[in-house]
Amino acid sequence: MTGVNLSSPHGEALKAAGEVDGRSLWQDAWRRLLANRAAFISLIVLVTLGVVSVVGPYVLPWTYDQIDWDHVEAMPPNFAMGHYFGTDSVGRDLLARTLFGGRISLMVGILATTVALTIGVTVGAVAGFVGGKVDQLLMRFVDLMYAVPLTFFVIILMVLFGRNFILMFLAIGAVEWLTMARIVRGQTLTLRNKEFIDAARASGGSTTAIIIRHIVPNVLGVVMVYVTLTIPQVILLESFLSFLGLGIQEPMTSWGMLINDGAAELEINPRTLIIPAAFMTVTLFCFNFLGDGLRDALDPKDR
Amino acid sequence: MTAPLLQVRDLKVHFQVRSGGLFGTSIPLKAVDGISFDLKAGETLGIVGESGCGKSTLGRAVLQLLPATAGTVAWLGSDLTALDKAELKAQRRNMQVVFQDPLASLDPRMTAGDIIAEPLRNYHAELSTAEIKARVKEMMEQVGLLPSMINRYPHEFSGGQCQRIGIARAMILKPQLVVCDEPVSALDVSIRAQIINLLTDLQRRFNLSMLFISHDLSVVRHISHRVMVLYLGKVMELADRDALYRTPRHPYTQALISAVPIPDPEKERAKPRVIVNGDLPSPLNPPSGCVFRTRCPKATEICAQVAPPLEHAGAGHEVACHHWRE
Repeated sequence: MTGVNLSSPHGEALKAAGEVDGRSLWQDAWRRLLANRAAFISLIVLVTLGVVSVVGPYVLPWTYDQIDWDHVEAMPPNFAMGHYFGTDSVGRDLLARTLFGGRISLMVGILATTVALTIGVTVGAVAGFVGGKVDQLLMRFVDLMYAVPLTFFVIILMVLFGRNFILMFLAIGAVEWLTMARIVRGQTLTLRNKEFIDAARASGGSTTAIIIRHIVPNVLGVVMVYVTLTIPQVILLESFLSFLGLGIQEPMTSWGMLINDGAAELEINPRTLIIPAAFMTVTLFCFNFLGDGLRDALDPKDR
Repeated sequence: MTAPLLQVRDLKVHFQVRSGGLFGTSIPLKAVDGISFDLKAGETLGIVGESGCGKSTLGRAVLQLLPATAGTVAWLGSDLTALDKAELKAQRRNMQVVFQDPLASLDPRMTAGDIIAEPLRNYHAELSTAEIKARVKEMMEQVGLLPSMINRYPHEFSGGQCQRIGIARAMILKPQLVVCDEPVSALDVSIRAQIINLLTDLQRRFNLSMLFISHDLSVVRHISHRVMVLYLGKVMELADRDALYRTPRHPYTQALISAVPIPDPEKERAKPRVIVNGDLPSPLNPPSGCVFRTRCPKATEICAQVAPPLEHAGAGHEVACHHWRE
């Protein structure tokens, strides 16, 4: 009797067809994301920006810290000299600086978010799944961290460890993981009462195995969306810190710093503000559109 | 007579529920309150009762998915409630579970093959990927799934097929006990029979013992050897299937059985019915004495004062009622 389906002609045909590859929820989501035009275009723009930022500085005739002594005054675009966006007030090529700044900004965005993602997901999943005292302890620590002002925290780190590029990633990551942890914990709480978690425990899975195998993959949908919203936040945070002089240092630069410099010369030379600001705005827009698209694509109600 | 596989003695599961307010005291919710039973190898014990009477809690407590407040669950003589993690894991491979909601009991991010293979991976780390796959495919065939569907995801299956995956996962370690927690309640009537037949078929093949939890008396009658009737976390009646359905002793059982519809309108209209009035009382504040007295047609004064003990009312027939002789 177990072969009800197998013995039917249709069943035989299916059986002969061999293994059918399943379409995972991720594949479905990917398909829906591609169908969302704004998200798809955003994705392309972001990838292009990333590639150009990484490759660009090697290809351009000027480097980001090279001063063109013939044009120390801010100069309008001059194609003959290779200054496609002109130079800044001290004669450095603006395009090279914008692309280099993009490198830093995107790197901060992605690295700090990865730090936040790793810590946040681990803490949130453990707190939510184990519950009880562990949950209380971890979440009260999160509350405590929330209460520490960011600038204060960064200044303390700077004083303790000196000014360091890597430190900024850590500082931003250490602040951004808090919200991530709360989100993941909330999701985990709804998941842990699902029957498949009970089934996993009944079939001999340890707590660690269940968290890794079942909890984390299932919260990743929500987390992915939050990540795309965190990256622009982190980029903005970096420019804020650089603006205060706590972030990147000259001659290195980031979009935040370029905008800061440009703002000082707004009246004489609006170009030096508009160009990096445009790059940053486009990036932030794209991340937001991508986040929206991902949220729709991963929403189970669309299924 | 062989020794029982599973011996449950005076099992209690109480949840602490906080009453409102900042400094509210917590009061116990007695979901399962002193239940005892034995289960022999190859036997099916049906557990019936209304929603909220502690059926599922009992099933979970037997599997140690919920901690027991008091009492013992003995598996082949060793008390499961006293085991540490590693020992419990070793014992767990003998007892598995099939859940009510077929889709919710499967991880949406895993393929059918991975879901069925999970117990194997937990207990047989030495098996190669190919061996696991071969066993999974064999199991899929045994529960009536096409082995070619191994790479599909739960949302691509129908409810009945999902339940078959759940059964395959429970059966792959060849356990001796399967707790079926309302395995067919969420299914279409036409699929229900298939799943029931599959379960009885597997039971015969592997000499399985089953705890079959359901609120559907007809299904329980079909599949069980013995039946236990629960009400507010207590046993009302425990008897062999035929005895229980032919001569129910407890007024609650009588009411339940008289409520089962007969598929013949003439007989249905003519049959006598025992009507139970009112709703299930809150388990936070159960009635004194016999928990059923507030809705019992036979209730007298003694019912409010003394909780009736389980009394013998024939071979293997136990009933908790002061008035069962009437």
